Amino acid sequence: MRKPVEQIEEATILFAGDSGDGSQTIGTQMTETTALIGNDVATLPDYPAEIRAPAGSLAGVSGFQLHFSSEQIHTPGDLCDVLVAMNPAALKVHLQKLKPNGILIVNEDNFARRNLRLAGYESNPLEDGTLAKYQTFPVELTSLTRKSLEATELTTREMDLCKNFFALGMILWLYNRPMEYAMKWVKTKFAKKPQYIESNILALRAGNIYCEATEQFAVSYDVKPAVFEPGTYRNIEGNSATVLGLIAASHKSGLPLVYGSYPITPASDILHGLAQYRNFGVVTMQMEDEIAAVGVAIGAAFSGALGVTGSSGPGLALKSEAINLAMIAELPLVICNIQRAGPSTGMPTKTEQSDLLQMFYGRNGESPIPIVAPSRPFDCFDTVYEACRIAVKYRTPVIFLSDLYIGMGAEPWKIPHLSDLPEIRSDFAVSADTSNGFEPYLRDPETLARPWAKPGTAGLEHRIGGLEKSDVTGHVSYDAENHEKMVEIRAEKVARVANDLPPTEVFGAQEGEILLLGWGGTYGALRTAVENCVAEGLPIAHVHLRHLNPFPHDLADILNRFKRILIPELNSGQLRQLIRSTYLIDAIGFNKVQGHPFHVFELESKIDEVLNEIGHL
Amino acid sequence: MKKKRKARIPAGAPTLTKDDFVSDQDTRWCPGCGDYSILAQTQRIMPELGIPKENIVFISGIGCSSRFPYYMDTYGFHTIHGRAPTIASGVKMANPDLSVWVITGDGDALSIGGNHFIHLMRRNFDVNVLLFNNRIYGLTKGQYSPTSEQGKATKSTPLGSLDTPFNPISLALASGATFVARSLDRDPTHLRTIIKSAFEHKGTSFIEIYQNCNIFNDGTFFQYTEKETKADNTVFLEHGEPLVFGAQHDKGIRLNGFQPEVVKTINGEYTTNDLIIHDQYAEDTTLANFLAGMSDTPDMPHPMGIFRSVRHPCYEDMMTNQIRTAKERMGEGNLNALLHDGETWTVP
Repeated sequence: MRKPVEQIEEATILFAGDSGDGSQTIGTQMTETTALIGNDVATLPDYPAEIRAPAGSLAGVSGFQLHFSSEQIHTPGDLCDVLVAMNPAALKVHLQKLKPNGILIVNEDNFARRNLRLAGYESNPLEDGTLAKYQTFPVELTSLTRKSLEATELTTREMDLCKNFFALGMILWLYNRPMEYAMKWVKTKFAKKPQYIESNILALRAGNIYCEATEQFAVSYDVKPAVFEPGTYRNIEGNSATVLGLIAASHKSGLPLVYGSYPITPASDILHGLAQYRNFGVVTMQMEDEIAAVGVAIGAAFSGALGVTGSSGPGLALKSEAINLAMIAELPLVICNIQRAGPSTGMPTKTEQSDLLQMFYGRNGESPIPIVAPSRPFDCFDTVYEACRIAVKYRTPVIFLSDLYIGMGAEPWKIPHLSDLPEIRSDFAVSADTSNGFEPYLRDPETLARPWAKPGTAGLEHRIGGLEKSDVTGHVSYDAENHEKMVEIRAEKVARVANDLPPTEVFGAQEGEILLLGWGGTYGALRTAVENCVAEGLPIAHVHLRHLNPFPHDLADILNRFKRILIPELNSGQLRQLIRSTYLIDAIGFNKVQGHPFHVFELESKIDEVLNEIGHL
Repeated sequence: MKKKRKARIPAGAPTLTKDDFVSDQDTRWCPGCGDYSILAQTQRIMPELGIPKENIVFISGIGCSSRFPYYMDTYGFHTIHGRAPTIASGVKMANPDLSVWVITGDGDALSIGGNHFIHLMRRNFDVNVLLFNNRIYGLTKGQYSPTSEQGKATKSTPLGSLDTPFNPISLALASGATFVARSLDRDPTHLRTIIKSAFEHKGTSFIEIYQNCNIFNDGTFFQYTEKETKADNTVFLEHGEPLVFGAQHDKGIRLNGFQPEVVKTINGEYTTNDLIIHDQYAEDTTLANFLAGMSDTPDMPHPMGIFRSVRHPCYEDMMTNQIRTAKERMGEGNLNALLHDGETWTVP
């Protein structure tokens, strides 16, 4: 008889083990299956900077958290309903994230003395009462996997590599998910190593059957599909969406894409992604350093291509002089910064939003550059496309300020129709239309953009460079008045980007007590917290900025409609500083600099605190 | 001659002259600077290259020499210190039909831009690099450079510099450069010939040009450039010819084991048959390295001319080829199909 199935609304699962245990793989597979059967889903990979830290050590623990629901969700969840811990170290690192009475599945085979010692356990937590408040399921994952593979020719070592699929089989059973998508993936992944197709599928089935057959698991759960707008969907990670957005911008504008990069976590996936698409004419160049990477992008832009470079904070520090060259030369350039925790090398595999002021101010002289930030994984597509649009229209470098959390996180994406994407017009200069010949700094009166004349165009030969330019002619000029004028023109040009922006969306109350103002990857946590407040009838609103430089024209008015402006950021208050100085508003900060995203409950208690202060509660 | 892919001036088009390459900007180098000659020879040789001037791009870094693009009536980009090779690589990659020229100096190319210099050489983009070597920082008013001789007293090294200088030819060879040459600001005919050969070479062409800074390092190369001493202190490389030099053509270079040495070929125990026969097309760089090392050896003449000229695939052609092959194999990229790649589901 089939065991009973309990309907629930949502669940959060955390897979954790050694870096080599395959937690990321089964997390991704569970995400794919869950998205394909129609739940809304959000993920948070959490892995160490070391490729293979010593096995069983706390430093080597790699985790993958996913949250899925029959409702629309925006975050990978605060606390977990299920923790799968492949060893004592994984248990030690992640147990605090498991809800009381949550389901804990541990690989009992790995709880021998040596592993316990490596994780710093004095006694065995499976026996000493540590886990009393959880539903603990010790499973001999390693032995059971080996047993299921007895009939194969695999070595013991190879068998052990399949134990993550045994665990996946269990979780698929627990949440009533089909195994077909995982099997399909295994078949593609190991197309050239058929012995691993069989073994992983055997392990997957064995895990599934184990749950059905043993008395350990009495009940399984089902989460009904969420209601989505009509459309075709796929699951996508932020960095993949960035790749697609860049290719889309190249396609729509007719400009060939040249991407210069140097490997760095967490931006390398954009280089890897784009490198697959030579058949789209995409040129990717892995250069000798960060400076060369931006250099080729600038050179390509001068030649008339869509020049793009990508990196993370430390790389951006190295690129800053070259970005300034593109700024004064007024060439289109897109710079992707996938932020990670700084300063210096910082914490390469942890998220943070602490490069905002670096992007605003980290160049010598007066150097205004438009900045846009995506809010969630799929939003990387539209936001990087917008960066390309601004760069080409205004002939300026534009910074696309993403972060590790959304770059590596995944969620369902409603695939856009190509015809809905805004136009990007290159409008190259083709002839010199003044009596003085070609004037490279004669501007479009509306946008203040200068002409983009690519080498190869007869009659438009001209020289540009990093020395100050004379207005209109572009000749080198050290004239005092001209310098000030050029500084003002460059600032005004960037300010005019705001003329293109749609009205800012205010979610929740349109005026009232508190406005949560956010930017970048904190969208999910902020929106969920505000949704919860609004559901309680509180006069709270949420505005999430995509355009950070320039700010939208209507922002001043919106800020004035609320008693308090609360700006939660994963830094020490960088947007807050900009808002305070721009609008002379005493904005309140809520700041977390731990390398981890906000939890919804943290935001909710901060909102309560502020409401208390202003006497609302 | 090797086939070039650069667009040619169509037959019947007006012939260009030197003046067509002179921009409307006043040249602002110190009077007497060697840069004037290099500029003049470049402007003179341009019409002979047979390409429309709109297809020519000059890219420079920072330093006295790097003002060069402003004076050429072509496309030009005066970039940032040391980074011209990176920007030139991007220009060439995005439009392989352009004739791209990098103008740099000893500080720009070998100090702040040393990393980009070696990587440009190994990638073998079809670009031409003119390195104006004056063994000094001129624009910043007289500090020693990475080619200054050890012990040089300058403003920043009053007691003498401590670092061993780079040999730009050796560095280029070690980096896999496919065309490596040296010339002199004060030998216009030779300089024009070498610039033209560099243009005709398909791949990265590197020319070290001995250039006099008459303000901060006057005469540093005079023994190689001045009439009285030049013949005895330089040896002009000609492919297939023995290495003969001297005012009386009475000296030559032979290999003694692994060591090049100067020998008398008239009234001595050696004849020209004993001398090194230059082979600029040798794939192996051993000979070129011997020749390069001569300028580090006291009392040896400095070789001028083409050390090495070999044909290797160019980065931009290989990239173009990858794109063509990918399109043949997978078909021209279809954006809509790409967006729908992988598992999708439809909500009605």
